[in-house]
Amino acid sequence: MSLLAALSADADLYVAQNVFFAVIAVSMIYSAVRVVTTGNVVHAALWLVVVLAGVAAQFILLGSEFVAVTQVLVYIGAVVVLFLFGVMLTRASLGDDESVGDEKRGMAAVVGVLLFAVMAIALIDSFEDGRLVIETPQSVNAVSDAIFSQYIVAFEAVSVLLLAALIGAIVVARKD
Amino acid sequence: MSTAQVFAELAYWQQTGIRLGAGLAAVLAVAGALVYLHLFKAVSFMQSRLGPMEAGPYGSLQLLAEIGKHLQKEDIFPRKADKFVFGAAPFVVLASTFLLVVVVPAGPDAWFVNSELGIYLGLAVSSVSVLGILMAGWGSSNKYSLLGGLRATGQLIAYELPLILAVVGVVIQAGTMNMADIVYAQANGEIFGLGVVGNPYILTQGVAFIIFLIAMQAELAQAPFDMPVAESELVTGYMTEYSGMRFLLFFIGEFATAGVFAAVASVLFLGGWYIPGIDPGADIMNLLGPLVMLVKIVGLTFLVFWTRFTMPRFREDQLQRLAWKFLIPIALANIVVTGILKVTF
Repeated sequence: MSLLAALSADADLYVAQNVFFAVIAVSMIYSAVRVVTTGNVVHAALWLVVVLAGVAAQFILLGSEFVAVTQVLVYIGAVVVLFLFGVMLTRASLGDDESVGDEKRGMAAVVGVLLFAVMAIALIDSFEDGRLVIETPQSVNAVSDAIFSQYIVAFEAVSVLLLAALIGAIVVARKD
Repeated sequence: MSTAQVFAELAYWQQTGIRLGAGLAAVLAVAGALVYLHLFKAVSFMQSRLGPMEAGPYGSLQLLAEIGKHLQKEDIFPRKADKFVFGAAPFVVLASTFLLVVVVPAGPDAWFVNSELGIYLGLAVSSVSVLGILMAGWGSSNKYSLLGGLRATGQLIAYELPLILAVVGVVIQAGTMNMADIVYAQANGEIFGLGVVGNPYILTQGVAFIIFLIAMQAELAQAPFDMPVAESELVTGYMTEYSGMRFLLFFIGEFATAGVFAAVASVLFLGGWYIPGIDPGADIMNLLGPLVMLVKIVGLTFLVFWTRFTMPRFREDQLQRLAWKFLIPIALANIVVTGILKVTF
């Protein structure tokens, strides 16, 4: 019995998933570092696309197809496109952008480290040594049933919040 | 032995190989057929001329000659262009088309991906093409290209909403997002107790069908929605600096996307591969289905190119007003009415 077969015989270990998780995670980290180190705003947004595509791929590995597709539709198809649209409409310089300065990098690093610490503590605290079992792929029906029954209040609250943001944007943008 | 059983006995890599080859053929052969039938011939007859006649019988090999011409051309990069972004842009656009075709079924077993997300997956990957267009416009380091890219993005974002909202009506009526199940729902449907031709959703979702066709025309940037590639003012917009193979990729992408969107529309509204009188799950449909789909694709794309060669160009403000003030409210009303009728009946 080969090593791979021996590993996959252990039902709790998902060898292929773990290998791909590592590959995707490393490329996501590399892209995320490039997002903040590249000198050009458009390049930063394009590196962000790789990071977000990696998130979608991780969701697929977890069997959450619906969330993965939503990730692509909302983040890559809409949010990053709006980023790029705004950047190109205002200042679309090729090459390094002088306004991407170094003076704010220290502060940003502090915030980044703090955020990482908070999330790491929260995750370690809530899962501890527990092993996650990958369940069967999540069906769309299950997701929609959960949203519109168990989480209906949260769903409606988020809807109202988004509507308020939308109206706020219109109020700010109106000239008269 | 049914086709499904034969297929199930193949190894995973064999199935994947077959699906990959079929997907390439479905995109490229259909795109070639559309270029020949519509761009070379149909428009020529509309303009009282013959179109290409020299290469092959009735000029049918003209397309191969064109491809050969483009492949021989030098692949020029503008001196100030962002090399990587400029070079990668056409591939992003074409990849989005190839990913969109995987959700389209052409028979009970003739599908590429039979995901329960179906049309939702298709709409998500088709939205990635905007990224490629922005990359092309910005990477070219040319103000006409940048303007074209920005116009294209504004237009694609505006018309993606009516496109998605039109699909929602169909999804509500069919009760599923799976493309094959949408076909079965239409084949087994009845209108006023009559089930002779099933219930192709063009009958009950006619409003959504018209909105989908208009939004599709705009997503393809065909006239009257060709503001982003307006050749008389922007010298074909984001494609200005491209030559040789990369221009060819954009060109293939344009027609392939037209074919794929028409395929999606024929599954959603025209009953997909279903022929009245034949069980849509029957084995024979794996052979007849692709032919039925091809006929519907050619028919729908003829509408697209007929409009393209007939209508003058919209102004930018007219274009945005049509999307935001007419199509989106009508599509939302369609969803509400469909939802109410679905609950009552």
